[in-house]
Amino acid sequence: MGVMKRMSGILQAKTNKMLDKAEDPRDSLDLSYQKLLENLQKVRRSVADVTTAKKRIELQATQLQGQADKLQQQAKDALGQNREDLAREALARRAALEPQLTDLQTQHQQVADQEKKLIVTAQNLQTQVDAFRTKKETMKATYTAAEAQTKIGEAVSGISESMGDAGMSVQRAQDKIDSMQARAGAMDELLASGALTDLTNPVDDIQAQLDQVSATSTVDNQLAALKAEIGAGAPAQIGPAEGEAPGGPGGVPA
Amino acid sequence: MIVRILGEAQFDVPDTDRSTLDDLEHALNAAVEGNDEAAFASSLAALIDAVRRTGNPLAPDSFTSSDLVVPFSDATLDETKALLKEPGGERA
Repeated sequence: MGVMKRMSGILQAKTNKMLDKAEDPRDSLDLSYQKLLENLQKVRRSVADVTTAKKRIELQATQLQGQADKLQQQAKDALGQNREDLAREALARRAALEPQLTDLQTQHQQVADQEKKLIVTAQNLQTQVDAFRTKKETMKATYTAAEAQTKIGEAVSGISESMGDAGMSVQRAQDKIDSMQARAGAMDELLASGALTDLTNPVDDIQAQLDQVSATSTVDNQLAALKAEIGAGAPAQIGPAEGEAPGGPGGVPA
Repeated sequence: MIVRILGEAQFDVPDTDRSTLDDLEHALNAAVEGNDEAAFASSLAALIDAVRRTGNPLAPDSFTSSDLVVPFSDATLDETKALLKEPGGERA
């Protein structure tokens, strides 16, 4: 048996679980309509879940990108201060972020695709809800109990199959979100621990060293300025006067 | 015959196009059996394309059961194999 027939069997099995056996087939129309409404709510909730997952990934990507940009700027600053070693370190860390960013972009694309599909599923179900609401009343009024048996049975099977399909779409989206949530949780932990980069601390170690370099050069500059000033006047006496014995004038000779 | 593409819609495919779908499905079956991811993706895409091309989309208020069901258009081989193990998917 081929894949298409087997898939049909699976959908049928899911559908059968949903069907309620009503005494009067006309009652099964109302039951199916109720289920259809519940199904629509479920799909809408799933759309909201997918959208939330998408936003979480977007937030993480923004954080990571911000860190990559910061490292790029630090590399530039380091080169400006002739600290090639620091620039190299900053660029190496930036490169380590790239695969994470690519992974987030892939995940984002997948979630966005799921979102788009579920929105279409919700729209289709809404159309069916509207159509079924009218049709079930027409069928109830038109068919005798005997006719209803087959005609209504067909319609109910058809509508249940649509619900089975929607149910599978929701399950599929949920599975994808679940696996992504696990990865997103791990990413949050990495971001929080600073193992990837320290986003919480405004001054990281590269920045600290850059600041150190610039502080040192400020001191050097000020020192040079002072020396120039002193050099223009009389040489200054620095330190204790020569010839003075250690221990001071009141010391006891050995 | 009525063919459903999971997650999308139902199509009424003329019986005269049955053999076209059969040929494409053979390739899909072989890909699943042979665990060939690339062949699975290409044969699934070809099958879906044929259903869309030869079939007429059913109106949403037709409420009809399908004779055949095609996996989600972006289904993976692993996902499909897992699905085929579910109740109703027995090879028979």
